[in-house]
Amino acid sequence: MAQDTSKPLVLSNARVIDPARNLDAPGAVIIVDGTILAAGPEAANQGAPEGAEILDCNGAVVAPGLIDMCVSVGEPGAEHRETFASASLAAASGGITTICTMPETDPVIDDPALVDFILRRARDTAIVNVKPMAALTKGLRGEDMTEIGLLQEAGAIAFSNGHKSVRNPQILRRIMTYTRDFDALIVHHTEDADLAGGSMNAGLNASWKGLSGVPREAEIIALERDLRLVGMAKSRYHANLLSTAESAKVLQIGKDRGLDVTAGVSINHLTQNENDIGSYRTFFKMSPPLRDEDDRQAMIQALKDNVIDVIVSNHDPQDVETKRHPWAEAEDGAIGLETLLAAALRLYHNEDLDLLSLLAKMTLNPAKRLGLNTGRLTVGAPADVIVFDPELPWVLEKAAIKSRSKNSPFEDARFSGRVLRTIVAGKTVYTYD
Amino acid sequence: MSSTDPHRDSPFPHRHLLGIEGLQPHEILGLLDRAEEAVEISRKVEKIKPVLRGRTQINLFFENSTRTQSSFELAGKRLGADVMNMAVSQSSVKKGETLIDTAATLNAMHPDLLVVRHHAAGAVQLLASKVGCSVVNAGDGPHEHPTQALLDALTIRRHKGKIARLTVAICGDITHSRVARSNIILLNALGARVRVIAPSTLLPSGIEKMGVEVFRDMREGLKGADIVMMLRLQRERMNGAFIPSVREYYRYYGLDQEKLSYANEDALVMHPGPMNRGVEIDPAVADGPQSLIREQVEMGVAVRMAVLEALAAHLPTS
Repeated sequence: MAQDTSKPLVLSNARVIDPARNLDAPGAVIIVDGTILAAGPEAANQGAPEGAEILDCNGAVVAPGLIDMCVSVGEPGAEHRETFASASLAAASGGITTICTMPETDPVIDDPALVDFILRRARDTAIVNVKPMAALTKGLRGEDMTEIGLLQEAGAIAFSNGHKSVRNPQILRRIMTYTRDFDALIVHHTEDADLAGGSMNAGLNASWKGLSGVPREAEIIALERDLRLVGMAKSRYHANLLSTAESAKVLQIGKDRGLDVTAGVSINHLTQNENDIGSYRTFFKMSPPLRDEDDRQAMIQALKDNVIDVIVSNHDPQDVETKRHPWAEAEDGAIGLETLLAAALRLYHNEDLDLLSLLAKMTLNPAKRLGLNTGRLTVGAPADVIVFDPELPWVLEKAAIKSRSKNSPFEDARFSGRVLRTIVAGKTVYTYD
Repeated sequence: MSSTDPHRDSPFPHRHLLGIEGLQPHEILGLLDRAEEAVEISRKVEKIKPVLRGRTQINLFFENSTRTQSSFELAGKRLGADVMNMAVSQSSVKKGETLIDTAATLNAMHPDLLVVRHHAAGAVQLLASKVGCSVVNAGDGPHEHPTQALLDALTIRRHKGKIARLTVAICGDITHSRVARSNIILLNALGARVRVIAPSTLLPSGIEKMGVEVFRDMREGLKGADIVMMLRLQRERMNGAFIPSVREYYRYYGLDQEKLSYANEDALVMHPGPMNRGVEIDPAVADGPQSLIREQVEMGVAVRMAVLEALAAHLPTS
């Protein structure tokens, strides 16, 4: 890992993909002083800078590092589940160069000093960029708004109420109105808790299992409500995790109406459905719940149609203490940093999306939404770059999981596509061997 | 059933009995045939068939149930097993001991058979995957209660001579009932026509795809029924949450003589107990000539003996 970052780096003989320029062509990427000097076919022709280290990519893809907009880390409060060190190692090995962390920690990130704490911990222990999201309401209780301005000044990238919706529409409306003055982005969970009241997707499958179900309408109603409030407040809004076919339609209507709204979908909802739960396997328990195959297909279609903008891992480390319970009593959540890209490549291999469009959902789109200058191979941008072989087969073995928690729904899964090198600000932080 | 029935001697291929789901019809019939024999044993003065001598059976009940627990206890004892009842209070579980910890503790005691009741669906399956012995599901949340369905089937078969082509109406809180789920699966497997009768708030989502005919009107649903299976309505669901009141529920879904008259003349009435007389059933019907409710209890012991004996075949002998 000890690399002289002052030395220029040339990634040659590569397939360069840069969604910002709609570029997918043979070429090279030249990195000098931690920033991109050139990328693409032109870089291949311009020759290596003096004293550069030249890395032959053998035709592998070079692309912007991924930006994951929904990551839970156990720090502070649950370091036994995940730390910035372990999460960032997992991220780096999965080709993720920026993680946006959820404020659902103990204590909740609802104070500027805590944002500062995260940034300092990240600086000292993390090998990828960490962009903390702050709580939208104090203690995530959904009652009182946090210090949006001060938190933003401290470095909060966006505001989230975690995996819980703000219940009271009047409170949410006021917070939305207030965030507008700071141009702050709200990343909101869309689930009506009163209507949800279950532990897996409502329907026949849940009924046979004797589990109470979370109806799709719990998400649809929350999203519809939120979009109406956005219409009133004119705020910037991002629906964090959509899961139903109807939600995509509702979001499209909001976009058609000219609202400043975007949405994300978790990799789990793009690659799994409720049948994967099998006999109460709690690693597949999450919020929103895995839906049926029609919804999964609809989520992919919504990506294709650019209705849903962003793919996230929704990385949520849980341990034996929280997962090895009867289904209804187990915590939600699955880890996903290490498998985000590999699992997303399934959509490419299934010919659902081309590589350029697929990568845009994890690079350029989140960067634009968050106002980051990464997620692209633009000259002068920070050199957050990954090299990956989209075909290389591998199997996720539990023993090889870098995350401190092992609750992966992809345990023993076969993938095609593997990250070979991850570079953050010109520095190699991960290489596959 | 005659003692020459072909199902009796076929070995039961499963290590656990976690549900009716996954059982083949001949395996169900095999258990019923075994249970017939157990009925005979239970009616003798000397009620012992010591196939489980030296074996340890632990009844692990995370949810109180006097009748099911004593039924399993009696069944184990009649087969010669050492039976231990372990009541696990909810509070000690809430204090942090996970089900997995409990499993590890139990493993250290080397039981041969574990009978488990738990308030959460899937909990018994989870436990079964972590212990070294055979496990019987004595009810896991609203998921399954296989021995109840088996004892119901045995009771029906002894009176009607068959299960196939009978019309069975299951009435009451289907959503929260493990008894309903196990019975729907079992009765369908053996070729019965299954109906459910309930207010829509007590029917699970997707019920019409669960192999049943759905009725909201009890009289309609009872027309032509051979068996009327009543379910218990839990107290916490009575006042406003799922139905407005007991008296309204009784008016539309309580089984009284008048409503029962819509069923076939020789229709029989069942209830898994404990009954709420005056809520889901009129005492006159519960204790009337068409009622099999008391006999169900007797069949319960027999069926549990059959299940324990069938699983014992998988226990290591050295």
